[in-house]
Amino acid sequence: MTPQATFTAPKFEVKSHASLRSAATKIAVEHLNFFYGKTQALKDISIEIPERQVMAFIGPSGCGKTTFLRTLNRMNDVIPGTRVEGKITIDSDDIYAAGADVVDLRRKVGMVFQKSNPFPKSIFDNVAYGLKINRVTSSRSELEGRVEEALKDAALWNEVKDRLKSSALGLSGGQQQRLCIARALAIRPEVILMDEPASALDPIATSKIEELIVDLKKQYTIVIVTHNMQQAARVSDLTAFFLLGKLIEVNSTEKMFTAPNEKLTEDYITGRFG
Amino acid sequence: MSTEVHRHLDQELDALRDAVLRLGGEAEAALQRAMDSLANRNTEEAREVLEHDDAIDQLEVEVDRRAIDIFALRQPAARDLRFVMSVTKMAPVLERIADHACNIARAAIDLNDEPELNNHMRIQEMGEIASSMLARALDAFTRGDAGAAREVINRDAEINSLYNQIFHDLIELMAKEPSTATRDARLLFVAKHLERIGDYVTDICEMTVFMAEAAIIKHSHRDDS
Repeated sequence: MTPQATFTAPKFEVKSHASLRSAATKIAVEHLNFFYGKTQALKDISIEIPERQVMAFIGPSGCGKTTFLRTLNRMNDVIPGTRVEGKITIDSDDIYAAGADVVDLRRKVGMVFQKSNPFPKSIFDNVAYGLKINRVTSSRSELEGRVEEALKDAALWNEVKDRLKSSALGLSGGQQQRLCIARALAIRPEVILMDEPASALDPIATSKIEELIVDLKKQYTIVIVTHNMQQAARVSDLTAFFLLGKLIEVNSTEKMFTAPNEKLTEDYITGRFG
Repeated sequence: MSTEVHRHLDQELDALRDAVLRLGGEAEAALQRAMDSLANRNTEEAREVLEHDDAIDQLEVEVDRRAIDIFALRQPAARDLRFVMSVTKMAPVLERIADHACNIARAAIDLNDEPELNNHMRIQEMGEIASSMLARALDAFTRGDAGAAREVINRDAEINSLYNQIFHDLIELMAKEPSTATRDARLLFVAKHLERIGDYVTDICEMTVFMAEAAIIKHSHRDDS
């Protein structure tokens, strides 16, 4: 574990983002290293993710951005032979500390995956699932209220309110992805991790997900991995560029896409990488 | 993106650069020839400047079209974005410089029909500074040299100072010799066109600084206008 005094997270420029200047740090990562067996996938990552902002992770395939995303709710724990060094705090709580409650962490940090993965159940049951297994609600009416609220927050309610008992598998790809977002929102997380949430969707469905992301940041801290640079530019306040397991640059998205500080970032963003 | 796609983007950016430099070269030539036509009382040369203006307008349209294609089809970012942005802002400025050159050529045609005034020297000096600034500005843009662009910007003060001197001289002359007032007024307009060209060259240099350094220096260094 690295002492607090040596923590030097990359600082981003916030010249035109008034909201960023006042945003408190939600997630702080200090000198994080991650290993798959002997292979080091993340190298000395230090970064601060501000509260109620959207941060995009970009970088070529295999650069470690998804691995890093998954360290934020300890999803890599289930992979045998993995090892983490360094420190990640959410609201100042060390999520890798001995005795840290992983179930509680994942309640706090929800995740949406690249491929929508609804359960073969009704639309209602998909959203209610997390509430039921966590025994969050005490009555049927409370459960129904939370499901409705989550579906509304995921901008799906109007499209499904008349067929809540229908199978979720009958929804379109874009609707299924928003259902998965509703499922994550139902347990009222504070952070939402999104791993290429629109990569399999058409432009209209993608646009809905992007609008949703921008809307959700009013309540949630959002971290999104995307290969789509224009998507990162459209939805995020901050962008982090990863390469070969290293964090090369963190900056305001505006700065990143107009005048990045690092040549490696510039080469990647302008498509001249490699 | 594949290597093939990169190559196409680079080719499109090169073609855009070529187009704006051709436009710049034409504007430079128009200014040079307009000033020559004034100095040498060469009406034919002045008419050629006017006749060539349509071709310059078409070059501006070509730059616009190429830039729009790149924005729409390539979504340029970072240095590419700054380059395309700079070019789209430079093209109308270069076209305006050529328009001022045409106005100087028109003044030359009118003055060439009248007895010669011997107050050309300072205006020719002003024209030489403007031409030199434009040439250096285009050179700085070609090399992406923000330092050279800043040096050109600093020379705008020379043009402004000369303009003020010429303005006072010509007003004085008009008062002393009212019979020369029409010709003096035409020369005053020529001086004003050159002074404006100096401002436009400054705009071009500001775009070069933006392109090279991502720094917006517009409105941050002028104490005139």
